[in-house]
Amino acid sequence: MSGQEKRDNKFETKLIHFGSEVDEATGASSVPIYQASTFHHHDIFNPPQHDYSRSGNPTRQALEDYIAVLEGGVQGFAFASGMAAISTTLMLLSAGDHLIVTEDVYGGTYRLLSNILTRMNIETTFVDMTQPELVKAALKPNTKAVYMETPSNPTLKITDIAEISTWAREHGLLSIVDNTFMTPYYQRPIELGSDIVLHSATKFLGGHSDVLAGLAVARTEEIARQLKYVQNGLGTVLGAQDSWLLMRGMKTLGARMAHSEVSARKLADWLSRRSDIEAVYYPGLPNHPGREVQEKQSTGYGAVVSFDVGSGERAKKLLNQVKLPLVAVSLGAVESILSYPAMMSHASMPPEVRAERGITDGLLRFSVGLEDIDDLLADLDQALANS
Amino acid sequence: MGERNKEWRIESRLAQIGSVEEPVTGAVNYPIYQATAFRHPRLGQSTGFDYIRTKSPTRKVLEDAAAALESGDAGFACSSGMAALQTVFTLFSQGDHLIVSLDLYGGTYRLLERIMSKFGVTASYVDTNDLDALERVRQENTKAVIIETPTNPLMMITDLEAVSTWARSHGLLTIVDNTLMTPYFQRPIELGADIVVHSATKYLGGHNDVLAGLIITKGEELSQEMAILHNSIGAVLSPSDSYQLMRGMKTLALRMERHESNALAIAKFLQTHPQVAEVFHPGLEDHPGYATQRKQSSGNTGIFSFKVTDARYVEPVLRNLNLIAFAESLGGVESLMTYPAVQTHADIPEEIRNAVGVDDRLLRFSVGIEHVEDLIADLSHALEAARQEVEGGQGV
Repeated sequence: MSGQEKRDNKFETKLIHFGSEVDEATGASSVPIYQASTFHHHDIFNPPQHDYSRSGNPTRQALEDYIAVLEGGVQGFAFASGMAAISTTLMLLSAGDHLIVTEDVYGGTYRLLSNILTRMNIETTFVDMTQPELVKAALKPNTKAVYMETPSNPTLKITDIAEISTWAREHGLLSIVDNTFMTPYYQRPIELGSDIVLHSATKFLGGHSDVLAGLAVARTEEIARQLKYVQNGLGTVLGAQDSWLLMRGMKTLGARMAHSEVSARKLADWLSRRSDIEAVYYPGLPNHPGREVQEKQSTGYGAVVSFDVGSGERAKKLLNQVKLPLVAVSLGAVESILSYPAMMSHASMPPEVRAERGITDGLLRFSVGLEDIDDLLADLDQALANS
Repeated sequence: MGERNKEWRIESRLAQIGSVEEPVTGAVNYPIYQATAFRHPRLGQSTGFDYIRTKSPTRKVLEDAAAALESGDAGFACSSGMAALQTVFTLFSQGDHLIVSLDLYGGTYRLLERIMSKFGVTASYVDTNDLDALERVRQENTKAVIIETPTNPLMMITDLEAVSTWARSHGLLTIVDNTLMTPYFQRPIELGADIVVHSATKYLGGHNDVLAGLIITKGEELSQEMAILHNSIGAVLSPSDSYQLMRGMKTLALRMERHESNALAIAKFLQTHPQVAEVFHPGLEDHPGYATQRKQSSGNTGIFSFKVTDARYVEPVLRNLNLIAFAESLGGVESLMTYPAVQTHADIPEEIRNAVGVDDRLLRFSVGIEHVEDLIADLSHALEAARQEVEGGQGV
């Protein structure tokens, strides 16, 4: 099958037939794990395609090609973690640059922007991106990029990717989207005009809570060239074994996302009908303010539901009562994971900033796994009753 | 490594990395914890592990072992040697200045000149063994001295004790890239350094099969700050690669002994070869760093470099090697020959390369642990074949 034919396939088919699924040399049904750090030059004037694993490794290359096909970009890049993907991408900026970022961005990204990039004199304005006019108002002469996370974490606010990306391009800004929550199965920001897509592939793409990884995809050759330079220059790359493990997880992405989403919709419905729940955040609920934009730019609502049980005290009790979901950080796995943002993913955000962004003490984040939904609801029912 | 290992010699500590540390099953080797998240027993309680990027059990065994081997307080494993350096460099802020070894690894030079420079961190390149030169380039905003000793590829030696004493007296951090020596031969923190970094892809891993970096810090405050940066930048080493690296480190002592004896024997052979103009090996008595090297290290690494008498020999020598592979990287069990001017140091401008001596006649040899006579025979054969081609080409 030619490269173009592969690109024309439907998404579920691309997940299985992405181009490097068969080893050219042996016909093996899975690309081998090239655990080599360096490569022999058979001829000094004709160097091999890969000469050193930090610069390029055949197993990592297969993964990088895979994500580029899925996201519809020109080139993919694999990193040691989602934060390594984010921090390396932000190294495209220079001292004195300014960027505009989703206000309830992931706590780790917030920490990187507020505590580390500030040392390099990179300035950030955090805005509520559900209001495109606020994004536009934040523009400064030294603004270089807009960084979106949609749905945002943990309050699942929706940003209009096409509108912001178009505006960014008109002003010569780079548009960057963290697509971790939706995955390319539901949402492909490059098709909506974004320049760079980022992933914590530890989450839904890997899907098994067993590999730490980050990915980036570039829309154009020029952006790809710049990303390649910083990826190789900083060396924040993903190892060969983890690259292989991640590809193995990605093959079932479609099946996993579809199953988890059906359960997430049921969970959100069930929670919103209960009188002892203060608020439910899920873009698939009819009253969610971002639902229309979500339906325009994505083919689904995702598998993460956040809800407020009223108080920090009740949230803490509930976490000690649940029996089925893992109480842990992270999300996007075959196992359901219940997290407490105030003390986990968003602990690095100051309390007053958290409060401003709706990350209340009673807020819980439920990443719906592949268990039977009736078992999950029964467990949550008893935990709510006992807290 | 736990307390039980404190009194052991380095050979014993290396062989025992991760051994008998697994409390549940008693497995002799530490398991690979491929988990990304760790269940909290109750809210507000943690097993000590929450999320793999912050801390992972398999990586922690490696990090503790590295800290102990280098006599530091904390270790941090990174996805490559460059990732380790970049993580260390994020200690600095816009406007800071660094003093760096003149003859340094091309990737470090590129990181400083092409990436850190965008953030307003500047660097001066000097012979770090020259205290007068260090004093001359020191500025009000200088924050650290970054040393490679021996340097790569010219094997220049810096007196670590003298330079770290000077650095401390001016409030500067001393950062040492100890990749070539490994803690088996040299422990910079014992000589006064604050931070040690490794491309563990090289001798520590030792098998050319894992890409990894390590940072070791001395002092509680510096260790805490590094932990925040390591977690925030996120360029951490995976559990499977952490295991692979520890597996390599268990044989470090044996390998370094063989690398050292092979390299010295080959260096002596090349010194007397008519097609070789110069040999750079700090274990040779006429090397200017010989005495300092003997004072601060207990041995010599397995790489050295040499210049052929005529640049036209380079291509046919590389083509005629049968046993020795022509590839980048170093420090593996296999012998590798590298041509620095076009491979590892291509990012350094030609005038700087020529000034330090990385010219088109220089070859770097990472001597493996094959039998030394086979290696010498391979080199002899390639040099002779090159001589015949060059002379034949001239119509002699």
